[in-house]
Amino acid sequence: MIQELVEKFGRDRTSLMPILQGVVEFKNYISDQDMTEIAKELDLSAAQVFGTATFYSFLDTEPRGKYVIRICKSITCDMHGKKTIIQTLEDMLKIKTGETTPNKKFTLLETNCLGWCHEGPAMLINEKPFSGLTPEKIHDIISEYMHK
Amino acid sequence: MSESKLKRVDLIFGEYSDIKYKVLADTLIRSNEDILKDILDSGLRGRGGAGFPTSIKWRLTAEAPGNEKYVVCNADEGEPGTFKDKEILTRVPRKVFSGMAICGKVIGAKKGYLYLRGEYRFLLPDLNKELETFHEFAKELGTDFNIEICLGSGAYICGEESALFESMEGGRGEPRNKPPYPTTSGFLKKPTVINNVETFVNVLMIMRLGADQYKKLGTTDSRGSKVFSVSGDTPIPGIYELELGMPLDRFVDEFGDGDTKAVQVGGASGFCVPRKKFKNTVIGFEGVPTGGSMMIFNSSRSMYNVLHNYLEFFEEESCGQCTPCRVGCQQLLKGIIAVKKGEKKTGYLDQLMKLSESMKITAKCGLGQSVANSFSSIVNNFREEMIY
Repeated sequence: MIQELVEKFGRDRTSLMPILQGVVEFKNYISDQDMTEIAKELDLSAAQVFGTATFYSFLDTEPRGKYVIRICKSITCDMHGKKTIIQTLEDMLKIKTGETTPNKKFTLLETNCLGWCHEGPAMLINEKPFSGLTPEKIHDIISEYMHK
Repeated sequence: MSESKLKRVDLIFGEYSDIKYKVLADTLIRSNEDILKDILDSGLRGRGGAGFPTSIKWRLTAEAPGNEKYVVCNADEGEPGTFKDKEILTRVPRKVFSGMAICGKVIGAKKGYLYLRGEYRFLLPDLNKELETFHEFAKELGTDFNIEICLGSGAYICGEESALFESMEGGRGEPRNKPPYPTTSGFLKKPTVINNVETFVNVLMIMRLGADQYKKLGTTDSRGSKVFSVSGDTPIPGIYELELGMPLDRFVDEFGDGDTKAVQVGGASGFCVPRKKFKNTVIGFEGVPTGGSMMIFNSSRSMYNVLHNYLEFFEEESCGQCTPCRVGCQQLLKGIIAVKKGEKKTGYLDQLMKLSESMKITAKCGLGQSVANSFSSIVNNFREEMIY
């Protein structure tokens, strides 16, 4: 996988972000081994790769589920019922925020402003945005993903 | 109280010209001096929030020594309450790319980058499609200006221009010391123009309308229109293009729910304006500037909760590089919690205010420097809510 990404994006330092993003897209997180391998390929120190990877909240460095749910916790989403949305998700997935379901299908996280303030509460499932959330909508969306 | 509605403007989101990339084609045959003069005459200032005059930025970069120069479009829109760049990139991406190409011509850059925040990754397929068309037309027009999209990965600080370059270069998004400024040392330490998405569209509109026509919008200090992101306690949240320089009371009349207690102008790093100051507050560079974020709070909202939310945000998004910001954000948050719980006396708020003022002077970049904006405007205006 890393070989392919390096072939695709090149060995420049500027390729580091796209490569790390590619790893997350492929397997949902970047392992220590991945980082060492990338460092070798790009002729960087492992510390430099680790430094970059751990800086960004979307570059997960611990195992995540197939579907990573990120709920916006910024002020307007919070005002428009974020807490109920999180409660609904926790009940449905039977996990707490920050956790991954035992079947490794879902990870539930909070994140900062997603840019859907006019239609809050909002969340991302992987890269796909959902806005204007209500507990009913959450039921529909998550049920669908459960069967995916 | 005013009866009439604020004038709606249809510049940014107005229809494309009938012929694809017509304004770009017409502009590419003009002289750089002419183009720069138009931008100077238009009075255009950056739309990201800081308001630096666009013509000066472009001229400095054009005149900077070196053959390798870059155009970067900052689409790392992360300020809470802002969602206008997403709208612009969804509805009129062609205008953004055209504006970038004009900049490329003026400064002598062959390469442009659009730094898109990771949260907007879903826009990629459509943007790439428009980019294909753009590159085809660019070729026909005889320019080899090429645009590439870089993705962010969920770091607010990367909206700070030098942190954005660091990120593009594969590093941690940690702001650099300034000077040198991007005009001489930006992406890969080369002279770079970095502008907000909306700024590039404004340039294109100035090219289409001419500076005189454009200047008719707004006020002397704040020319043109602005795309506002309106959210919070409003019956009509959404995107609105309005003239700059409007009085806040008229904005509240039109967008509030009749019970507006405060408006946060410019997002978490902006200013909180309480009801009693609506009348004397102008939205623009002569008053309270904004990148477009207008969050409305009604009297059911606790301003303590609002501030608490902002401080949590800053604490998480501080890159941690400089002590005033890293420790300051933590202490401000801990401090207001302690006062609220009664663990600290109310006078402690004044000490926290001093801390935020120190951050303003000593933090390395705009993030740490601007925490004081919302902190002092909320604590000053809603002190009792911080305590009881």
